[in-house]
Amino acid sequence: MNVLIYLVPLALLLGLTGLAGFLWALKSGQYEDLDGAALRILPDDDVAETQQVRQNSG
Amino acid sequence: MAETIDLSKFIERGEAGTAHMTLAVDGVGCAGCIRKIENGLAKLPGVIDARLNFTQRRLSIDWRDGEIGASDIVAKLEAIGYHAHPFAPERADADDSRQEKWLLRCLAVAGFAAMNVMLLSVSVWSGNVSDMTFVTRDLFHWLSALIVLPAAAYAGQPFYQSAWRAVRNRALNMDVPITIGVSLALALSLYETENHAAEAYFDSAIMLLFFLLCGRYLDFAMRRKTKLFAGNLASLKGEFAHRLDATGALVRVPVSALAPGDRVLVRPGEMVPADGVILDGTSAVDEGVVTGETLPRSVDTGAAVYAGSVNGGGALTVKVAAAGAGTLVDEVERLLGKAIAAKSRSVRLADRAARLYAPVVHTAAALTAIGWLIAGASLHTAIVTAIAVLIITCPCAIALAIPAVQVVAAGQLFRAGIILNNGDAIERMAEIDTVVFDKTGTLTLPDPVVDALGMSPALVERAARLALSSRHPLAAALARRACERNPYPGALEEPGRGVRALIDGEEARLGSLAFCGISPGAPGIADDDAASCIAFAHGGRTALIPVRQSLRPDAIPVVAALVARGLDLIVLSGDRPQAVRPVAQGLGITDWHAGLTPAEKITAIERLKSRNRRVLMVGDGLNDAPALAAAHASLSPITATHLTQAHADALFLGERLAPVLYAIRVTRRARALMRQNLALAVIYNAFAVPIAMAGMATPLIAAAAMSGSSILVTLNALRVRVVTPDKTLGAPVRAGRDEVEELRPAVAQAPLVPAAIPAFAGHDHEGPP
Repeated sequence: MNVLIYLVPLALLLGLTGLAGFLWALKSGQYEDLDGAALRILPDDDVAETQQVRQNSG
Repeated sequence: MAETIDLSKFIERGEAGTAHMTLAVDGVGCAGCIRKIENGLAKLPGVIDARLNFTQRRLSIDWRDGEIGASDIVAKLEAIGYHAHPFAPERADADDSRQEKWLLRCLAVAGFAAMNVMLLSVSVWSGNVSDMTFVTRDLFHWLSALIVLPAAAYAGQPFYQSAWRAVRNRALNMDVPITIGVSLALALSLYETENHAAEAYFDSAIMLLFFLLCGRYLDFAMRRKTKLFAGNLASLKGEFAHRLDATGALVRVPVSALAPGDRVLVRPGEMVPADGVILDGTSAVDEGVVTGETLPRSVDTGAAVYAGSVNGGGALTVKVAAAGAGTLVDEVERLLGKAIAAKSRSVRLADRAARLYAPVVHTAAALTAIGWLIAGASLHTAIVTAIAVLIITCPCAIALAIPAVQVVAAGQLFRAGIILNNGDAIERMAEIDTVVFDKTGTLTLPDPVVDALGMSPALVERAARLALSSRHPLAAALARRACERNPYPGALEEPGRGVRALIDGEEARLGSLAFCGISPGAPGIADDDAASCIAFAHGGRTALIPVRQSLRPDAIPVVAALVARGLDLIVLSGDRPQAVRPVAQGLGITDWHAGLTPAEKITAIERLKSRNRRVLMVGDGLNDAPALAAAHASLSPITATHLTQAHADALFLGERLAPVLYAIRVTRRARALMRQNLALAVIYNAFAVPIAMAGMATPLIAAAAMSGSSILVTLNALRVRVVTPDKTLGAPVRAGRDEVEELRPAVAQAPLVPAAIPAFAGHDHEGPP
């Protein structure tokens, strides 16, 4: 049962990390525009044009 | 005359010379739109940041003050192809946003705690039937306490606060038993842990909070979404007024920025922006949206005019009156106050359930304790068992039964273009047995329509294209039919008379009879009460083009379907009997009343109420507002006046009447499911309470029963979705992009006609255009 001494805190720590991550995401406004976030990934204007040409031909 | 636009009311100035504005944007439907708008605006000089919130269809923009004006931004958006209108951010909206985040934080904390406690609880449950030592068990219980106590203190706040408010007002809501149940469960668990007992209810308490917070959050999020959407619609109507400042210069200002005493210029065909008195000018105003009367009223210097009415032929200078100084609005406000005070708010189903539930359960718990004492058990056993009864009956299912259905039903209505103003409207709307319709703008379309049956299409097209050059409201109706959208070159409008232009080398005129050289006695005139005529003359030929109110396209089948459902239909109109009779007869409604004042409309509704009728009032005019407030439930088309919209339980979008039928079907279904859910909760308790009273409710049973019943009622709530729009009547609006495009020319043509229907930026937009 000695294994509990580090397993239980580890489990709690993992849970708390998840909670902290969620609260951070909420605070930084990532839940303000859920539909928009899904769409913003589609335009690929951040990819340089030459790169795109290479991909298309390749 | 130079004209500037003053949008300063909407701009928030920052410290370092920056300015910020929020705009509602119409027609955004895909990823391309986001990019087009943001990149397009970023190219403007001085713009620091432009970010479109796609979910809310709102654009927030920051720029360096002075380098560019707010009106340039709106113009740029218009040039890219999006209609946008700034709005003043309301405090209520910021509060809602904070509240939503708070609920989400509570939900996250409760979820985290529930998951981690389960890890410990499942170990204890399996350990209790195998070889777990009491030392390990106590450790796990203490760890659970460590997680749950702070989590429950934080995440339970929405319930504790609401319960405290209710208790302070000497009322009882569902949150009172929830708070009692959670507190007792935690206290009992702590005590049992202290005494090395085998069972603790930490997991039940936090799981209950988690489930309830899910329901609470979804409910709130749905409400906020509809509220934001309604806010966008109101703002996109983009009502502007032409204010004359001290020097006589004309400034375009948003209607909301007008103050009493301001002088505004109302041009022919424009909407009167505010209640006021005419300082100068003669004209006829169409007060259809105010009183329901379809014949224009002649007005002169000194006459009172009301916001929302449409100016006819002549330009007017109006002095804005202080709020409540106009006679009609005054009357309406007074009646509204009375109607709201008299309205016996029906007790909501959830509160009724709470009132029944709490005493029953608390008595059951008390009886359990007494029973065990009589049977000779120790005081400790008796109290522990009694608390177990409270925990297991904790109203998880009951508290979710109604909000879950409400969320699904509101979402279902929202997708069909019906915006609920308040949540308990669902229950009230489901109970109605009589539907009272207003005529103008409700049964009929808000805009008059040209009746060109039997006329030569070429002639109508010529007249319509000529009408493009006129500002007259009747001409606007005709202009909407023009296929060619560019006006004739050299067309000239003579205010108050008509337009003329050279077509194919011959003079064409469109306007009043006299203007076109037709004598008033000519055949075909004035044999139709319900229509107004525009005269058209081209070369030697003349024609009279009737413009009339037309029924909503699906009014006849919808009315038939309502009758088939056993509802009584009544028409109460402020219009003349000659105008009401054909509409009522065309729809087969025998019970109609014309020429009613707002007070008489209320009286009619009160009379129905005294006969134990539950009335759904459907109306759009300012004169309908008191009747809407007095009725059991109420619906308004989105074209209704502000005051009217504010008092309607729900608004519907689009040209069709089908949403009325659909709203009734969905709400009836929703109420049936609410009752079913309550019944399910009662059945659950019928099984759970005896088990708990017998002292056999272990934490494992409590956890299984609680989550099982919650999931069951939630799944049952989803069955509201079975109600689909009636295909034979056509889909109730769901104005997709195509319909929006169709509306746009009309909106552009007559931007100030109040009837311009803002687009319903649909939820599920199909792909990129």
